[in-house]
Amino acid sequence: MAIQIREGVRTEKKTAALAASEVRKSFRPARIVPGGGTTVHAVDGVSLSVWRGEIYGLLGANGSGKSTLIRLFSTLLTPDAGDVRVFGLDIDRDELAVKRLINRVSVEASFFKKLSAMENLIYAGRLYGVAPETSRPKIVAILHRLGIEDARMTEPLEKLSRGMQQKVAIARAFLSAPMLLLLDEPTTGLDIRSKREVQTFVRDLRDEHDATILLTTHDLDEAARLADRIGILHQGRLVAEGTPDELAARHGGGTLEDVFMTLTGRRLEDADAPEHERPT
Amino acid sequence: MIADVGAQLGLAYAFVEREVALSKRYWAWEIVWLVYGIVTSLSVAYIALGMQGITGGSSDPAFVSRFVLYLLVGTITWRFLGLIFEQMGETIAWERWEGTIESTFMAPVPRLTHLLGMCAATLVRALGFSVAILGAVALFVPVDLSHANLASAIVLLATGAVAFIGLAIGSAVFPLLWTEKGLQMAYIVQAVVLLVSGVYYDTSVLPGWMQPLSFISPATYVIRGMRDALLDGADLAAVWPNLWPALVVGAVSIPLGLRLFLWAERYAKRTGRLKRSG
Repeated sequence: MAIQIREGVRTEKKTAALAASEVRKSFRPARIVPGGGTTVHAVDGVSLSVWRGEIYGLLGANGSGKSTLIRLFSTLLTPDAGDVRVFGLDIDRDELAVKRLINRVSVEASFFKKLSAMENLIYAGRLYGVAPETSRPKIVAILHRLGIEDARMTEPLEKLSRGMQQKVAIARAFLSAPMLLLLDEPTTGLDIRSKREVQTFVRDLRDEHDATILLTTHDLDEAARLADRIGILHQGRLVAEGTPDELAARHGGGTLEDVFMTLTGRRLEDADAPEHERPT
Repeated sequence: MIADVGAQLGLAYAFVEREVALSKRYWAWEIVWLVYGIVTSLSVAYIALGMQGITGGSSDPAFVSRFVLYLLVGTITWRFLGLIFEQMGETIAWERWEGTIESTFMAPVPRLTHLLGMCAATLVRALGFSVAILGAVALFVPVDLSHANLASAIVLLATGAVAFIGLAIGSAVFPLLWTEKGLQMAYIVQAVVLLVSGVYYDTSVLPGWMQPLSFISPATYVIRGMRDALLDGADLAAVWPNLWPALVVGAVSIPLGLRLFLWAERYAKRTGRLKRSG
């Protein structure tokens, strides 16, 4: 099924790898608490398309709805309203087929921490129908490319640094050869060197392996460096979308930071700060 | 068709391989559970050996030997069934604790295949533990299996395992629905099943209002049948009155448990509960 879809999409010119239309998601409090517990509108009528082969950067502060949107696209949440399609497949009706086409890296690497990188990745490969004979050399090659030496591959993951664990998470996503890769703040908390290595790998992924990438970040430099187009998410709404140059031209010139401030009324780092630290 | 079945078995095997790898890495804990199982079963067996001193009852060696086996069959069968219940019940809670629940549920694996793989891994572990406990206990107390009908016992144990899997899948739903306290609820269900299933006594001693619960627990029939098979050498025809209810519970509980699980998964996706923390 996945192979048929892959062959099918290759023949088209501009295919929507991901098409979301008027997507909404709210979270209600678990129980009615007197004086508290309001419904949170995490995603409020978002429509966007990510074209095949594109790197689309979704920029927004903490709490803007980026992660909820990624979880919706990952089939981990169902939308309250709206329509989401991955290469034309409905994420609800064609869930299993969609799952074969996507993979995700979340902000925090999630593994069986007592197992080694190799054990975790072989397991992940099996879940995507890749036998260990095929996955093992591929895993070694990907991890080498990400700067992880042979000796570290067989150590329990809990002994690796956070940066290394995040690289293993990226390797896991890449192992399944996804047509659509969802990266949810993949470089948050990494040191500069690891961040650069991951960013280079992401770009190479798109250039060499025909992957489409949706990247959420609150790092303006990262968005500018990697993304072909950028969408700015603010309070669950997509308030602007375009190439960095288009956004700058449309919103009075200047940098992405200026554009973000014009659209949201805040600098990105202020918007990320806890409420009590924000400038008034 | 055959290729598809093969592919699904391959996917299911991923979970078996993962569980075996985790058991190796958590080997110290596995030893703890094994020692705990041996010690608990031995303690129960010594109750039978010390019965005469406690109650002043019969000291006839045949009677004592029968009582030892009566209690051992209960405790080891429960250990086997309980492990199935625990491990299947922890399917969700464990992944939530490790933080892997999202990647597992994002993988293109049908839920039936996922649970089938977990069942297979659970059965391997439960069987290994039970055999090891029985072997260890036999070193300390006399276990008279001279009248046993092993074929009947194996059929009953297999049937009980299947019946318990349905129940355990149903209980795995709790951590899906209640991220914070779901596992505790599953443990309470397990404790109640222990109480009403006649693990150490006949269910006729239970209060009248509790007895209906013993009728719906598959463990009641499995343990009763196992005793008939191992103490009195009952053949399949003789254990049939205990076999068919366990089969019926299995036939009902597995599809019901699966349906419940799928419903709970959809609910968790709708309410945002399918994530690593509550």
